[in-house]
Amino acid sequence: MSRTLTFSIFRHNPGDPGSRPGLDVFTLEEAPGMTLFIALNLLRDEQDPSLAFDFVCRAGVCGSCGMIINGRPGLACRTLTEALPPRITLLPLPTFELIADLSVNTGKWMRALSERLQTWVHLDEETDPDRLEEPMEPERAEAIYELDRCIECGCCVAACGTARMREDFVGAVGLNKIARFRADPRDKRSEAQYFELIGDDEGVFGCMSLLGCQDVCPKSLSLQTQIAFLRRKMVQIGAGFA
Amino acid sequence: MKDVPIAATSCGPARLDLLQSATGLFLALFMWLHMFFVSSILLSKDAFWTVARFFEGYFIFGRPIPLLVSAFVGFIFFIIVAHAALAMRKFPATWRQYRTFWSHMRAMHHADTTLWMVQLVTGFAMFFLASVHLYLMATHPELIGPYASADRVWSGRMWPLYLLLLFAVELHGGVGLYRLAVKWGWWSSNDPLRSRLRMKRAKWGLTLFFLALGLMSLAAYIKIGIAHAPSAGELYLPDWLQAQP
Repeated sequence: MSRTLTFSIFRHNPGDPGSRPGLDVFTLEEAPGMTLFIALNLLRDEQDPSLAFDFVCRAGVCGSCGMIINGRPGLACRTLTEALPPRITLLPLPTFELIADLSVNTGKWMRALSERLQTWVHLDEETDPDRLEEPMEPERAEAIYELDRCIECGCCVAACGTARMREDFVGAVGLNKIARFRADPRDKRSEAQYFELIGDDEGVFGCMSLLGCQDVCPKSLSLQTQIAFLRRKMVQIGAGFA
Repeated sequence: MKDVPIAATSCGPARLDLLQSATGLFLALFMWLHMFFVSSILLSKDAFWTVARFFEGYFIFGRPIPLLVSAFVGFIFFIIVAHAALAMRKFPATWRQYRTFWSHMRAMHHADTTLWMVQLVTGFAMFFLASVHLYLMATHPELIGPYASADRVWSGRMWPLYLLLLFAVELHGGVGLYRLAVKWGWWSSNDPLRSRLRMKRAKWGLTLFFLALGLMSLAAYIKIGIAHAPSAGELYLPDWLQAQP
């Protein structure tokens, strides 16, 4: 038997001087297999064309549709309405710049993070595009790929009590990126150089191990393990054990 | 790639983080030992008297030296102050941060996030509760014994403080040890979520065990204190010492 879902959705457009933040209430008949992504599209198509939210892939790959779903961050396209109670509250992800309604600018935040943590392979020599790439052990490539599965949806940042309190904290997404490049043999940065990037209270030592990141990551990345590993490595450098 | 030297100033957060963990680990393990010592009253008055005199060096020097206890209490107090100072780095510093964390915690319904607030509140409470207890122990180390402690608990009206302190210590220490384990990746396995679940169950099991032990011990001191109230101030002597000429 289908349910009638009641959505309370945050509405605000910072670009519109007349807009005031608030919640709009919509109702919708639930359908089998309905995701929040489908529900939001139906609401926009049938009830309010001005409703703003992001999506691209509809399959949990692009990370665009991250939002706060009944208090917890998650992807709209990966959340079945049947897993939720009939009253659903949707808010934009905090920490990120609000574009409008449920749409936030995660790209701007991620770009700044990438520049700050220098999340690209640092080579010793000029790249020769005509030369064959160095071979890599499959296990190593797998390990790097596993860390590279992050889709930068921002859910880990929104779920992190530390990131919510302290805007400079790099969050699990930043620490995971460092773990990814540290695992890459092509990246020639030393441990000391990684330490300079994350060996402080805005980096790995700011993490309070609340593990909200681990528990909401839509890609089920091993953030808890990676952060603990980085902490052990960085403390060896910083406390003079290495 | 050219290596870069690490500036001495940038090592601070690493050292402080390690020190916070080390002092927390020491205090949590010490509190478990402390609970076993205190709960020896459940075995007998003689058992607790023996434990108390042991820490005064009675069985080494042939006479009690309460100053040894004062010195040890001073050391523990120093570790607590150090741990508190280090932990305060993580406290919300402004009303805005408090409000943000509080609303985040209430919305998330996430156990580990909520437990951090439990740690913060119990840690803050211990600033005051533990200080009172430690000051009394440091200034009157000779008044640790079956009757003296029971009189302090009941006739000295300290039982409400000890009741609050018991819950604060056991909750704070239990959560702290669990967090240390996940923070540094102890007892992790190929399935970290399962390891974490096991650690959390162990954490609650230990917390409940030490709370039960603490409550039973406190009840024993209250019972002795009520019975001994008319003679409050009188010190306990084991039968085998009273029999000596």
